[in-house]
Amino acid sequence: MISIWFFIGVLLLAYGILVLGAGIYDLIAPPANPVVLNSLHAGVWWGALLIVLGAFYSWRFSPWKGK
Amino acid sequence: MTLPAALILEAVPQRLMHLSPVDLCIIGLYFVAVLGIGFYLKRFTKTGEDFFLAGREMTAWVAGLSFVAANLGSLELMGWAASAYQYGILATHWYWIGAIPAMLFLGIVMMPFYYISKTHSVPGYLKLRFGEPARLLSAVSFGVMTVLMSGINMYSMALVMRIILGWDIHFSIWMSSITVAIYVFAGGLLSAIFNEVLQFVLIWLGALLISIIGLVEAGGWSGMVQRIHQNFPGQDYTHLWSTLGSFGDNPMGIQWTGIVLGLGWVISFGYWTTDFLVVQRVLAAKDLRAAKMAPIIGASFKMLVPFIVILPGLLALAVLPEKLTGEAQALATGGHSYNEVLPLMLARYCGPGLLGLGITALIAGFMSGMAGNVSAFSTVWTYDIYRPFRKTEATDAHYVSVGRWCTILGVLVSIGTAYLVMQFLSIMDYVQALFSFFIAPLFGTVILGMLWKRATPAGGFWGLLAGTVSSIGMWAWVKLDPAALRYIAFSPHAKDMAENMYRALWSWIICVTITVLVSLATRPKPASELTGLVYGYTDLPSEGDLPWTKRPVFWAGVVLVVFVILNVIFW
Repeated sequence: MISIWFFIGVLLLAYGILVLGAGIYDLIAPPANPVVLNSLHAGVWWGALLIVLGAFYSWRFSPWKGK
Repeated sequence: MTLPAALILEAVPQRLMHLSPVDLCIIGLYFVAVLGIGFYLKRFTKTGEDFFLAGREMTAWVAGLSFVAANLGSLELMGWAASAYQYGILATHWYWIGAIPAMLFLGIVMMPFYYISKTHSVPGYLKLRFGEPARLLSAVSFGVMTVLMSGINMYSMALVMRIILGWDIHFSIWMSSITVAIYVFAGGLLSAIFNEVLQFVLIWLGALLISIIGLVEAGGWSGMVQRIHQNFPGQDYTHLWSTLGSFGDNPMGIQWTGIVLGLGWVISFGYWTTDFLVVQRVLAAKDLRAAKMAPIIGASFKMLVPFIVILPGLLALAVLPEKLTGEAQALATGGHSYNEVLPLMLARYCGPGLLGLGITALIAGFMSGMAGNVSAFSTVWTYDIYRPFRKTEATDAHYVSVGRWCTILGVLVSIGTAYLVMQFLSIMDYVQALFSFFIAPLFGTVILGMLWKRATPAGGFWGLLAGTVSSIGMWAWVKLDPAALRYIAFSPHAKDMAENMYRALWSWIICVTITVLVSLATRPKPASELTGLVYGYTDLPSEGDLPWTKRPVFWAGVVLVVFVILNVIFW
């Protein structure tokens, strides 16, 4: 059975890519009505964090690892 | 005067936020993931043990996270963030003294009896210990409570989606419910547990950012406290214990005895040690050590949940320019209510992408809570009502089939309940009332059953019945005559929360008293029938051969020390 942590890793990786992408777009084209503390660019570093976590869990619990 | 929630829904002026395509993509991916996991796991759920107890193969970590996630429904997220805005840091008691000692007690003291007896459910344990009548009473009351809880959870989620996104309330209810029904129908408890772990991670990653950015805006903890004092002079929202000397000194109108005895003892121990919704997750552990470690791991994460639930409520007191009010006043003035505090904070800090993640966290919270209720309902209905009273001799495959269809039945009844719940406004208080009806007396029965050899079947049944009936009776008494509050809660100033705490305490005392008296007057079971069920007649496996870092009792001690330190820090 595939580990639940693998499913979590794949989903976080996908979410990380989407959130980081949205964060970078926000950086390039600032919104007309920015959220509070938009200058922190939370989307960029939170997206990056999700990518790192997702990539680690996808690799660590991959069902193909070691085959 | 209160207004029906349905009226409020009609009157919501405008949505709080708009989702971008990337947000919708994140939400859509979540639905694909949970359904995909459900269909993938269907092939692994062939027997009753697989469907109802996930094959008893879960590791301590998976069982522990699922144990906490099943409780972390949208009601928890939304309701306690709202309570934090209303009552301040006092709401944290429901996560610390109202959970941690009980979870540790479950792991160290009670789990061996549940696990060694090989029961499928808590009512199943009562059958072994006290006989069929106690099981039936417990199973029926649990079934009623579960679908009501599920309906409340469903309603609160739909209300949130209506307020913050403008989604049609019926669409929210049916869309999410059908998704839960499909993946629990397919993979049973295994699917529910896997998805709960996924949902737990998403809840954290979706909600934690609010606390982080909120603290940056407020200037850290001290800056937040300072701002709250400025915004609400003369009121103390940031101390856990120092304002509990008398009923009038704190926003909740409660005294420390209510928190310690009502919440910390009866409600908390009742819920965390006898509510099958959470206990079922631990019963799925692969061995006794994993079953003992699971609640301890759960407790360590539970201790951290206030940082994503209570802290946003406190931060809202500090940074939001407007003051939130009760539902009726919010409706009359066009403002926002306490219940909107988490979405308001989400909208304040989260742009495209992060907003989708936050909304997904709320949806995940709803689904984990609902899947927990539905899978537990399905097990209790099949094993404790259908099998003993409708069809005692049938194949394992037949019971699995009944369990699957009970999942659909549970979801449908929950949907009906959600529409019913629209008539009630104070959602959290209503939940606490349900706990005091069913859970508080059940804890009295189970704890006496496990620790007192002399407790008899008649004592167990009549004690449980007396406790439940007296709790409902006290609730009705105060509804009919509010002056009765001075007798139930020792003060006419006690608020609903305080009343629930004291009513739970009374019903537990009544249950224990009746159980003891009836037991002393009736004949006990012979020792041979109590093996594996009662302390003193059960061989508990020794852990002496394990290194101390692998012993559950060591980790329980660590969690207990951190718990004490946290309470002292926020005293």
